[in-house]
Amino acid sequence: MSATQIQSPRSGQNSSGQDRSGKGSGGKIAPQYRRSGSSRGNFEMLAWLFMRLSGVVLVVLIFGHLTVNLLVGEGIHAIDFGFVAGKWADPFWQVWDLAMLWLAMLHGTNGVRTIINDYAERDATRLWLKIVLYAAAAAIVILGTLVIFTFNPCPVVDGVQLPGGFCPAP
Amino acid sequence: MPTKPAGTLYRGREGMWSWVGHRVTGVVIFFFLLVHVLDTSLVRVSPEAYTAVIGAYKNPLMALGETGLVAAIVFHAFNGLRIIAVDFWKKGAKYQRQMLWTVLALWVVVMVGFSIRHLSLALGGH
Repeated sequence: MSATQIQSPRSGQNSSGQDRSGKGSGGKIAPQYRRSGSSRGNFEMLAWLFMRLSGVVLVVLIFGHLTVNLLVGEGIHAIDFGFVAGKWADPFWQVWDLAMLWLAMLHGTNGVRTIINDYAERDATRLWLKIVLYAAAAAIVILGTLVIFTFNPCPVVDGVQLPGGFCPAP
Repeated sequence: MPTKPAGTLYRGREGMWSWVGHRVTGVVIFFFLLVHVLDTSLVRVSPEAYTAVIGAYKNPLMALGETGLVAAIVFHAFNGLRIIAVDFWKKGAKYQRQMLWTVLALWVVVMVGFSIRHLSLALGGH
């Protein structure tokens, strides 16, 4: 018997093929075919799980966002600087928008990552597309987070209030 | 380096087309999201800059675009819940086809309601 025999993935046994008892071997995956435990760890499974969990939360967050911004009252006509200032004066909407920003960007970035892996066949192409994707995603998430937390309803430049702002009465 | 496949066999029917629809709507929503964070970030530049750019969303052509975007979001949302049911519900795979038709029926109902409300607000003057 040479040592070069190759097991079938689900045999879970040595290559002799003599253990047909089946005890404890049913459905087991031989160690070399297990997808976890490699250098990638459980990343792909966690990404898969994240898509489902974030998806459920995003349905609630985005449907709420669309209802409040487009369907209530005057709808899109009501949206201007004052509308945003009114919402972000309330920590509730700050947290809502922050959660929406992070979950949607991570969900969307992971989705596009999957599409790149599916369709870009050259290693270098995949690498560069993902570098561009991650750079764009990081820039947008950081920018959006800073905007939510540093928003100022009364912007002042060189001691002069910008028109359209909401400033306390002097 | 993998070679180009000689042709890809897809299985067709509801399962494949819902998968195609999910991908296409997902990409559309992702690129809008990038733009939407950038336009909202103008509140940090000046009130006038933000109000000017948001004004661009208020013309009739954009109203149709917004309706198309919401159509993509609602399909992606409902079909996403269907995918979760296929993955986690014991009978999900068995009923995936019926669930897709349920998704499409709900999508039509929601989009008729949304379109009437949004287009009458956006196109109906002020």
